[in-house]
Amino acid sequence: MISKKAWDRIYERLLTVPSLIVVSVFISMFAFLIYRSIPILESKSLGHLLLSSRWNPDRGSFGLYPMIVGTIMVTVIAMMIAVPISIFSAIYISEYAPRRLKSTIKSIIDVLAGIPSVVYGMCAILVLVPLVSDHVGPFFGVDTTGYTVLTAGITLSVMIFPIIISMCVEAFQSVPLTLREASLTLGATKWETVKYVVFRKASPSVYSSILLGFGRAFGETMAVAMVIGNLPFVPRSVFSPATTIPAVIATTYGEMMSLPLFDSAIMFSALLLLIIVVIFNILAKVVIMKYSR
Amino acid sequence: MTENKEYRIVTKDLNVWIGKNHILKDVNVGIPPRGITVILGPSGCGKTTLLKSFNRLIDLVDGVKVRGTILLDGMDVYHNTQDIEDVRKKMGLLCQRPTPLPMSIYDNVTYGLWVHGERSRKALDNKAETYLKKVGLWTEVHDRLTDPATKLSLGQQQRLCLARGLAVEPEVILCDEPTSALDPTSSRKIENMLRELKSVYTIVLVTHTLRLAELLADHVIFIYNGRVMEQGEARQVFEHPKSELTKSFMIGEIL
Repeated sequence: MISKKAWDRIYERLLTVPSLIVVSVFISMFAFLIYRSIPILESKSLGHLLLSSRWNPDRGSFGLYPMIVGTIMVTVIAMMIAVPISIFSAIYISEYAPRRLKSTIKSIIDVLAGIPSVVYGMCAILVLVPLVSDHVGPFFGVDTTGYTVLTAGITLSVMIFPIIISMCVEAFQSVPLTLREASLTLGATKWETVKYVVFRKASPSVYSSILLGFGRAFGETMAVAMVIGNLPFVPRSVFSPATTIPAVIATTYGEMMSLPLFDSAIMFSALLLLIIVVIFNILAKVVIMKYSR
Repeated sequence: MTENKEYRIVTKDLNVWIGKNHILKDVNVGIPPRGITVILGPSGCGKTTLLKSFNRLIDLVDGVKVRGTILLDGMDVYHNTQDIEDVRKKMGLLCQRPTPLPMSIYDNVTYGLWVHGERSRKALDNKAETYLKKVGLWTEVHDRLTDPATKLSLGQQQRLCLARGLAVEPEVILCDEPTSALDPTSSRKIENMLRELKSVYTIVLVTHTLRLAELLADHVIFIYNGRVMEQGEARQVFEHPKSELTKSFMIGEIL
């Protein structure tokens, strides 16, 4: 007969196992990527890897600069579109929308977050690519195939709306009613209350949601790979094709494995991606902890 | 009585529903100018709803329905051409728990003035000092006006909220159990302040504590279950209550 106390201890031990598994998977992934990146780091300098714009694996050049620039450009375009639209729509949903509309929009956004990225990619190919090549490009006097940095950026922005919107809505709604009342009783209008009180109070979560969106945009692979054109050159403009770190990993890994060091170079870029995304996630947490007092 | 000119706030057949709950039933009360009117009654009887109806904060509640009239100095608060911000500006609110806005001490005091368009630094500085002095907070905070208001103690925060309310120069101060979250010393400070302010302002104070009512009230409205059971001069209500319910509340039979 096992005593209740003993059972209690057994469950306590047992329950730590799943978390240990999760943590150890993450750590071993990290360790594995570091381990497999060693060959390339031994034969090429970090400067070459990060700053050379020559990506030519069969000639032994592994400059990741074009992918890094591509990733940054796509992410920045996506954020420039997604952040203002998401924040304003979050304000509308949380503060202005009638109750029924509010819950409808919220559930639509939850669905949006669950759509597989390949679906976004396909829709982008069908709609966005022709739009950019036939209308947007010509409007700016540029000849383009439509498979561009801009196309990828727009596609990505749609994909990060749900993250930023749902986090912001939650943040705005958690601002206590008494604070709104305090502002309103002083004669402030609703908009002034939203701007000076609700938004300010929720701002740590807003910044944090932006950082998480950034992390998501940085790592997004499928949809971007489908519309960016996948050319390993530094893009000259937003209408140039390019590639990103995740896209290059997804589209080339497994193809040219016979090339010396190629495998290690890809591992290194995966490591880079992991580090950057982890940093953004940590930053998002730090912002919340530091400023939400 | 509701036609009487000597009341600052008058309600006529005020009925309030929230969803299907009939919270206030045919409320006819008059709040005299100056002095402290205490709205007394057990928890959940509709006191706060009545208070928030005065400055239309009740509008924020989902599914609320208001019928009847509320007059502030003869002006119909619920008339659809009425400028709500204007009504609210005339009535300051002090809540149960202090509600410092997410900004500095200075910005808290001057917030109301700022939203009403005051941009002169000098004028804002002056007002900040005047009203912080008025609530006895100036000596405590004058050297750290840019600190976040949340760094103050609860009692200080509550006085800051009072200063912030006074800064927009209201005529009425609405208080919802303003001392219930505070320690005895801070409560005493707020009580004394309200006693000082009552010569200039119309103060309406909601509470379920008889002690506070006896301490501060010049005029009492006793509410039970959404209905006004009794109202009148404090001494008269306390010493010779007309209704049986008021009597039993006084001796602690209803809480």
